[in-house]
Amino acid sequence: MTPPRIVLAKLGLDGHDRGIKVVARMLRDAGMEVIYLGLRQTTDSIVAAVEQEDADAIGLSMHNAGHLTLGPAMLAALDTAELDVPVIIGGIVPDADLPILHDAGIAAVLGPGASAEEVVSTVRRVVADA
Amino acid sequence: MVDPTSDARAAWQADYDRAPLRDVPFETMSGVPLDPVHGDGPFPGQYPYTRGLHAAGYRSRLWTMRMFAGFGTAEDTNARFKELLRAGGTGLSTAFDMPTLMGRDSDSPWALGEVGRAGVAVDTLADMEDLFADIDLSTVSTSMTINGPAATLLAMYVAVGEKTGVARRDLAGTIQNDILKEYQAQKEYIYPPRPSMRLVTDMVKFTTAEMPKWHPISISGYHIREAGSTAAQELAFTLANGFAYVEAAIAAGEDIDEFGRRLSFFFNSHTDFFEEIGKFRAARRIWARWMKERYGATDERAMMCRFHTQTAGVSLTAQQPEVNIARVATQALAAALGGTQSLHTDSFDEAHALPTEKAARIALRTQQVVAHELGVTNVVDPLGGAPFVEWMTDEMERQAEAVFAHLDELGDGSILEGVYAGIDNGYFVGEIADAAYRFEREVNAERRIIVGVNAFTDGDEDTDPNLLRIDHATEEYQRKRLDAVKKDRDQEAVDTALAAITTDAADSNVNLMPSIIEAVRVYATEEEVAMAMETVFGTHVETAIV
Repeated sequence: MTPPRIVLAKLGLDGHDRGIKVVARMLRDAGMEVIYLGLRQTTDSIVAAVEQEDADAIGLSMHNAGHLTLGPAMLAALDTAELDVPVIIGGIVPDADLPILHDAGIAAVLGPGASAEEVVSTVRRVVADA
Repeated sequence: MVDPTSDARAAWQADYDRAPLRDVPFETMSGVPLDPVHGDGPFPGQYPYTRGLHAAGYRSRLWTMRMFAGFGTAEDTNARFKELLRAGGTGLSTAFDMPTLMGRDSDSPWALGEVGRAGVAVDTLADMEDLFADIDLSTVSTSMTINGPAATLLAMYVAVGEKTGVARRDLAGTIQNDILKEYQAQKEYIYPPRPSMRLVTDMVKFTTAEMPKWHPISISGYHIREAGSTAAQELAFTLANGFAYVEAAIAAGEDIDEFGRRLSFFFNSHTDFFEEIGKFRAARRIWARWMKERYGATDERAMMCRFHTQTAGVSLTAQQPEVNIARVATQALAAALGGTQSLHTDSFDEAHALPTEKAARIALRTQQVVAHELGVTNVVDPLGGAPFVEWMTDEMERQAEAVFAHLDELGDGSILEGVYAGIDNGYFVGEIADAAYRFEREVNAERRIIVGVNAFTDGDEDTDPNLLRIDHATEEYQRKRLDAVKKDRDQEAVDTALAAITTDAADSNVNLMPSIIEAVRVYATEEEVAMAMETVFGTHVETAIV
């Protein structure tokens, strides 16, 4: 079985990149292929990377409460590109927003304090379910 | 007690006798009178200031309780400011939203979903006027956390002062304006490092000449620590950035004794109690020594490391959030024992969202307990002389000096060039990412216990306190407001002012502040001003390194 390939990105202006870099190393240590796009990505730049890298999943990090706008925007961009790739959001997401993101089609949300095991197993599960 | 005949002791006593004292009993709860200082010299107020900047410490004046606030529209934040001032806060501190921090207007495609979310949205002078409405700028001191577009926001503050009859020389406050740590940690930069440094230097020159009560840079370790660095890295990178600004200002012909005394610092107060206290004490000593010995400062005030402290946002847990009140209290205590000049205490709900008014009030109350109930403000540097505390202070200094030596070598004898080189070659981001990952692995392996996260998790299901929600309507409202301001303004004046900025940006001998002030006066937007310079300066894109 080939290891999952995941594209990680900071979508929008938010520059908090401690978490996503730690997650990148966790996934890499677990044997996954990690493509970290870095800061200030757009939905278009992420779609392009997913196509080019033939990624199995997308991980977006959000610490600025933009998830309710940017999460669905990402899904819409994937729809337009006719890509069926699951999107995981990591960062600060209040519990009350979880059902909204789930209903919108976000595959999983990883909050603060998620362990390495939780991060890795969530990505594996999401990729397997896709 | 120390030998009362020693010169240092006598000099300290003379300083102490001249210092104003707060009208409170300096005795224990049980009525035991307390000497203001114990142990050996150099005493508080004496070079190299390890034991504090002032002879009487908090006996003269408590730290400034400066609570950082900003969300939604300018009117929303103005109301929070007034509430904090009513509750006994003594300084204002402004948090801007992400588009504002990045020099983007609320109607930019980049601003989608981020308007007013993580701070207040400011597009034009009209927003700044609302932000400080009914607050007398001649009586408050204002801190503004902004870096890339700092010159524009300072210009707006000056313009609000003009409109409300407060002269530049009477405006008191601090603008963060620490662009170097943006490339290292916080990542809110616009232009490449060198033109950004020119803007910083222009602001130093402008405020030195015209705004004597203004601190033009707050050299910040806070974000370096939040991004994952160790305490010693926070100390070392921050002070190295400070040296870089000093070298840049000296190169621009500024007098170190003039601008040196208006530099200030901003540190994190994290959870490891004694390490933090050692870090604060070491910061004062290192800064004093370098300013005097390496850069030749002669005015003592230019050797003093004055700092603001904020408790560690990153230490707040989403699980069992009320427990964060205990973390914040001990972090605040470490800052007090380390001798901070000003303090922001985080709210317990901040791992979930921006704080509610109640959570922000509890945070302010927490530092009021430390200041007024614990008795730690009765004696200056009460831990000074304790072997472990002195050892920790020395150890922090030793580790920081090793970093300075590395940067000095990278820069061929210039810390400024060393810092540029460390930004270019990924040294800072690499060191910080390594430290963050090491910490995370220790937590995962349960070698490091975080209550509620990897131990004592009973009660974790009880999360999500009553959270502050930013209405989505804010974004819509702010865009309409911006439209209205643009329609009302004199477009020809705006175009002329923006063209003047571009012309000035191309000539590094011209100070950019006057043309930026002129542009904001006629309601040019923040993004328009940023773009007028970007045409000349270009942008900075970070290489993504994991």
